[in-house]
Amino acid sequence: MFSDNLVEFQNVSFAYGKRPILKGINMTVPRGKVVAIMGGSGCGKTTLLRLIGGQIRPSTGTVVVDEQKVHELDADGLYHMRRRMGMLFQFGALFTDMSVYDNVAFQMREHTDMPESVINDLVLMKLHAVGLRGARDLMPSELSGGMARRVALARAVALDPMLIMYDEPFAGLDPISLGVIGNLIRRLNDALGATSIVVTHDVHESLEIVDYVYFVSDGVIVAHGTPDEMRASDKPFVHQFVHGEEDGPVPFHYPANAYDADLRLGGQHA
Amino acid sequence: MTPICGWAGSMPSRLVKGVERIGHRVIDALWRLGVASRFFVLILLHSGSSFRRIHLVIKELFSTGVLSLIIILVSGLFVGMVLGMQGYDTLQRYGSEEALGVMVALSLVRELGPVVAALLFASRAGSAITAEIGLMKATEQLSAMEMMAVNPIARVVAPRFWAGVISMPLLAAMFSAMGVFGGYLVGVKLIGVDEGSFWSQMQSAVDFHQDILNGIIKSFVFGVAVTAIALFEGYDAPPTAEGVSGATTRTVVTSSLAILALDFMLTAFMFRGEG
Repeated sequence: MFSDNLVEFQNVSFAYGKRPILKGINMTVPRGKVVAIMGGSGCGKTTLLRLIGGQIRPSTGTVVVDEQKVHELDADGLYHMRRRMGMLFQFGALFTDMSVYDNVAFQMREHTDMPESVINDLVLMKLHAVGLRGARDLMPSELSGGMARRVALARAVALDPMLIMYDEPFAGLDPISLGVIGNLIRRLNDALGATSIVVTHDVHESLEIVDYVYFVSDGVIVAHGTPDEMRASDKPFVHQFVHGEEDGPVPFHYPANAYDADLRLGGQHA
Repeated sequence: MTPICGWAGSMPSRLVKGVERIGHRVIDALWRLGVASRFFVLILLHSGSSFRRIHLVIKELFSTGVLSLIIILVSGLFVGMVLGMQGYDTLQRYGSEEALGVMVALSLVRELGPVVAALLFASRAGSAITAEIGLMKATEQLSAMEMMAVNPIARVVAPRFWAGVISMPLLAAMFSAMGVFGGYLVGVKLIGVDEGSFWSQMQSAVDFHQDILNGIIKSFVFGVAVTAIALFEGYDAPPTAEGVSGATTRTVVTSSLAILALDFMLTAFMFRGEG
């Protein structure tokens, strides 16, 4: 469907010790698009982001980012690649000993020789884009959850990355912040000409802003398609997930013995 | 008969399990020691950037050194005052209370200064370093740094390490100086030991190389040990509230034991030919 892919997973498996997390994942993320990876908690979504960032290596298969196999890069190559990536962590992961301004300026100071006056202008532009130019002197402890997420977003795009990864960007946000973050993800991606991967379980917000969706369950991709295709899908897992149904392929009950047997009904305890 | 047979039959398996448990613990301990050694080598390898960007070390010097000053100075004063009292009580039995200055100074400069200051440093600064690094890990700040292509060992760990190593000898020296002042206050001003003897005997008996330099070497070694332990425990802490609190406790316990064990070894090495 897409010809020019920034990220490719080719038959990728990953296990923590003997516990398999991902099983033979094949996935592509085209340049310039916003792609969502959805699935329940603990299904391996965040592991996919860690594989792209090279924080972990696949057990089998290859992860290709911008035509380079991430897991074959040495430390210098990996750091060089990460300079062109931005990542928004689940709860922002802002540096708590630095102000909002210094958080956004962090990468510029670490990786460039730009004079402080230029850094100042760039930081204010990034903060303006997320609506927090006036909060530059606040410390992370003084920010609300939504504001912290927006500062982290400004920090993630500080060096105009080619790839922006979002790990649960909507978790724990009020409806207003939710809409603001959703729009920012789309707007920043288009303005920067970047590619975005959004790992989330927030169906309704993400289907509004993304171009393509992958559904992951139990370490495998169970469905993929455009948001409209997913809304219309009659696949049981997608249907349950999109409509938030209590029971379905993802069962309500954790596996257990038969209810009757657990309650010792049927005269066994008489 | 049956219970005896059962008991006898379970003996070998219980023994095997016991040996296995000990074996596992030894292997775990060795594994952890290996990881800690590797971590220490990484700190040294990534220390270059700390010296190129000295402001990072200076910032940490404030939190590890300057903020530890109050506890170090106050403790030094009290330890010196107690030494003055106890020393006078013992020395006057032999009619040599003029040697009080020597006794106070040597006790502090050789032993109590480096050791007590290091124990206080482990409790005050070491625990703070572990908690800070552990929480940075738990809140994904270290992961975020890695994803920004910034090495956390070079940016976060190495500056704190050198700040601790620089602070420790200075704090120990201030502890000793404050202790001598405490001994002076009690011995000379309160009890009435001759002031001239107190200072002149101290001046002639305390040797710069043998006493002061060895004390500085001791506090430097303690600084390396305490700061490295505190940093490792924080970096290695499980990213949970329980994990960070456990790591903080381990920092204080392990550092204290390391200080006392190292003190014994260094003392045996430094003062073995004396007397």
